[in-house]
Amino acid sequence: MSKPLLELRQIFVSFDGFLALNNLSISLQPGELRAVIGPNGAGKTTFLDVITGKVSPTSGEVLFKGFSLLRKNEHHIARLGIGRKFQSPRVFENLTVFENLALAVSKPKRPLPLLLGRNINRYSDQIHHLMSIVNLQARASTTAGSLSHGQKQWLEIAMLVGQDPDMLLVDEPVAGLTDEETELTADLLKSLAGDHTVLVIDHDMEFIRRLNSPVTVLHQGNVLCEGSMQEIQQNPEVIEVYLGRPEGGNL
Amino acid sequence: MKLSQNNRRLFKLAIGLIITASIISAPAILPVFRLNLLGRYLSLAIVALGVDLIWGFAGLLSLGQGIFFTLGGYCAAMYLQLNSSAELPNGIPEFFGLYGVQKLPFFWEPFKSSFFTLIAIWLIPALVAGLLGFLVFRNRIKGVYFSILTQAALLVFFNFFNGQQKLINGTNGLKTDVTELFGQMVGSDSMQRYFFWITALLVVLAWIFARWIVRDRFGNVLIAIRDDEPRLRFTGYNPTFFKTIVFSIAGGLAGISGALYTVQSGIVSPQFMTVPFSIEMVIWVAVGGRGTLLGAILGAVVINYTKSLVSEALPASWMFIQGGLFILVVTALPEGVLGWFQNDGPKNLLSRLGIARPISTYPSLEIDGKEEVKP
Amino acid sequence: MQLIIESLFNGVAIGSVLLIAALGLAIVFGLMGVINLAHGELMMLGAYSTYVTQLIFKLPALKPIYNAYVIVAIGVAFLVSAVVGILLERSVIRRLYGNPLETLLATWGVSLILQQFVRSVPLAYGTGIAIALLTGLILPILLPKNLYKKNRAHLVKFGTWSVSALIGVISSSGLSATISKLGRASARNVDVTAPAWMRGGFELWGITFPMTRLVIIVITGIAVLSVTWFLNRSVWGIRIRAVTQNRSMSDCLGISTETVDVLTFGIGSGLAGVAGVAISLLGSVGPNVGGSYIVGCFMVVVLGGVGNLMGTIIASFCIGIITDLIGAGRLLTIWPQMPAPLASAIDFFATTSMARVLVFALIVIFLQFRPAGLFPQKGRMVEA
Repeated sequence: MSKPLLELRQIFVSFDGFLALNNLSISLQPGELRAVIGPNGAGKTTFLDVITGKVSPTSGEVLFKGFSLLRKNEHHIARLGIGRKFQSPRVFENLTVFENLALAVSKPKRPLPLLLGRNINRYSDQIHHLMSIVNLQARASTTAGSLSHGQKQWLEIAMLVGQDPDMLLVDEPVAGLTDEETELTADLLKSLAGDHTVLVIDHDMEFIRRLNSPVTVLHQGNVLCEGSMQEIQQNPEVIEVYLGRPEGGNL
Repeated sequence: MKLSQNNRRLFKLAIGLIITASIISAPAILPVFRLNLLGRYLSLAIVALGVDLIWGFAGLLSLGQGIFFTLGGYCAAMYLQLNSSAELPNGIPEFFGLYGVQKLPFFWEPFKSSFFTLIAIWLIPALVAGLLGFLVFRNRIKGVYFSILTQAALLVFFNFFNGQQKLINGTNGLKTDVTELFGQMVGSDSMQRYFFWITALLVVLAWIFARWIVRDRFGNVLIAIRDDEPRLRFTGYNPTFFKTIVFSIAGGLAGISGALYTVQSGIVSPQFMTVPFSIEMVIWVAVGGRGTLLGAILGAVVINYTKSLVSEALPASWMFIQGGLFILVVTALPEGVLGWFQNDGPKNLLSRLGIARPISTYPSLEIDGKEEVKP
Repeated sequence: MQLIIESLFNGVAIGSVLLIAALGLAIVFGLMGVINLAHGELMMLGAYSTYVTQLIFKLPALKPIYNAYVIVAIGVAFLVSAVVGILLERSVIRRLYGNPLETLLATWGVSLILQQFVRSVPLAYGTGIAIALLTGLILPILLPKNLYKKNRAHLVKFGTWSVSALIGVISSSGLSATISKLGRASARNVDVTAPAWMRGGFELWGITFPMTRLVIIVITGIAVLSVTWFLNRSVWGIRIRAVTQNRSMSDCLGISTETVDVLTFGIGSGLAGVAGVAISLLGSVGPNVGGSYIVGCFMVVVLGGVGNLMGTIIASFCIGIITDLIGAGRLLTIWPQMPAPLASAIDFFATTSMARVLVFALIVIFLQFRPAGLFPQKGRMVEA
């Protein structure tokens, strides 16, 4: 195996004594598409928080392209090439779709080059291309706040792609989407893998199956098991975690 | 639904024309006393532009703009005092003698130069704002915390300036109206006319400058900071620097505004750093329309002019009116007057009253019907 | 040793004034996320209530128990400020939840109106209005419930409010007739005279502790203890905290969030009233009296953080002690051999207003290390 793009080693995160991540180790190869599932409270979102610098782990190491991400600010990590889509869509509601994408696409991200630099028209083609991928061309000058939930999800995915990161962290991309949109999203993510490394977190098993990728199951802040969707579904531990103990007789 | 792009441009053009026309005709129509008042209020429009940049766009509610305003004022006033006091004992402004100060404090030395002063008027407030802003923003202190910290800073500066008689004449402040510039009394009618023109010109320049700031992605980043600052970090932007820069710009604008206000009102004193004055600056912008630069200018001039008219007629009632204005604009008209016009407020009102045809509730329907905008 | 105890006492005294003033503000901010810029004016109302109570107790009928007026004044001030605060919450703040900056501006508007009201309306009328409001709100609680049957509810409501208005008018005209000081509008400052037993000092170990300051420390202590008890032990306190943590969930569980809002804001405002009693004992009372205390409150809130009442308490005393040590130049007396450069620096800050400058600078430095104050909130709910 080649050198992993992202590697988490023995990560612990504690919130006032509650262990959100408990000795979590995981690594991703360049170009890989990986799905992460887990019941509520398994630590999925905290896991992304650690990678993107929102939460600093109590102990452990995070390596990206061989460099440590610990104690780096969110914007540094983003500039290094890690993009993130949030669980509930977060777009800039008072900006138009075009302006949202322009912020993502823009290469200079420091204040002075932005102020003195050239006009956004340079990125116009790229932005229109992005809008056509997610079917938002007609909405270019609509404010993002007035988009529907599904459109916001897609806008955020398009922003993520526009950022052109090496690694995409996608948190529940299909929540609130129709079946058709879910399929399109799955295809889009699959097409991105290869050039990019993609990590998807979701609850929707149909969607995960469609991604047809290795799956990691998180439980109580730790990796429960890894494998293909088929293997996971056969795994007795996973069944127990998701459905409760058989002898408990609850489910 | 919003006004179409063309209508909006026409609307802005019309307002711009009205403002320009009234400014140009003002010296001919108004008596000097009123003209001087108008000039002062125009200079306040510049600080309002700064408030609009930080609050209307980036969502930073500063209640301490008075600090930077006053700093600018002191720079200008000290320059004028220093250059009119050559014949005085020790060659330093008169007030120093009252406190037994024989030598000019070292930091006032450079203010003998007009070149330095012209730069200091905006640079010093901008630097102070930048430093204060950076220390606060880098720790991600924001929202109400930021507001009350700026207010605390304002009071601290007020206390400081009030207490330092030997350095800056303490609570008495520095007078400018009896000083001389180019051999003329600063308080004289002809000088005040010049100052009016300079102020009017600078308002226009400040407006163009502010437009340049909010144009394109820099302005969009500011709006994005207001909308969802953490999200912006994950897109690779560092909000700290953007906020520091725009806060510093607003500080610089406040300094220019303070200097112009000082020379037209004849004095600068710690009174410019009282809490009410700084909060009033916010309400000018709120009434005019936050996020609309013209609104900030209009708000500053119109409210202040109204204030002076009302205070002359019914002195006690202005506080009630102003208090009511704060509550009203925040609860009933959050986008301000200009924003209300731009967002079809009049049409909405008419249709609610049953006069005009109701506008469609779902703007999306029309857009859906359109063909694709661009290839 | 004596010096240290004396300056510690002074620091605690300044701190407890800060604490009582900031307590209501901190509670409302911590629980509702609202900074009330009219807090200082609610304190001012409390101080004026003390003044009015004191004048009423000078009437011949109440003269024998004049010395107890301070205790009555605490209750009166609490009620008056609480009622005004509740009105403010119901009419303005309720519309602005979730917009803290807008709330800031609106409450500033309210504070302007309250200031001008005190300036241009005679105290007797103000008292009348306060009495009318109080009776109007309390009458429905006293009246039997079955009076409010469907068809007469409006009638009864109208009746109680008319009766209260009448009581208000009668009491205001009665007051302006009997106490001439209350009959005129005046922007001048008024002075509350402390009763005889509070004027002296209390001697221990050769140090004189002024009674007024001791009383203020006691008032503050009682207020803090009762608030802590209320929030942690009483049913409504627990409901208030539940709403703070998860509003919609509390709503689902059948907690009336509106009542909780009113209660929280009422208590915060009432505490401002109690603080008003304390500041009326320290100096003269004018329409602007609140403004001079509010910035100290802000510093306490910023330093203390929102998570914890303990933060507010510690922050108040820290600021109080530092202000006293530096501002009164006491540090030089305690430590005479201080190196000269430090001594001249300390001397530069040795006035009350310059001590404030120093305290602010210290707070800004402190925030570089602990941005969220002494007791920050933790966990994943904290927004990045």
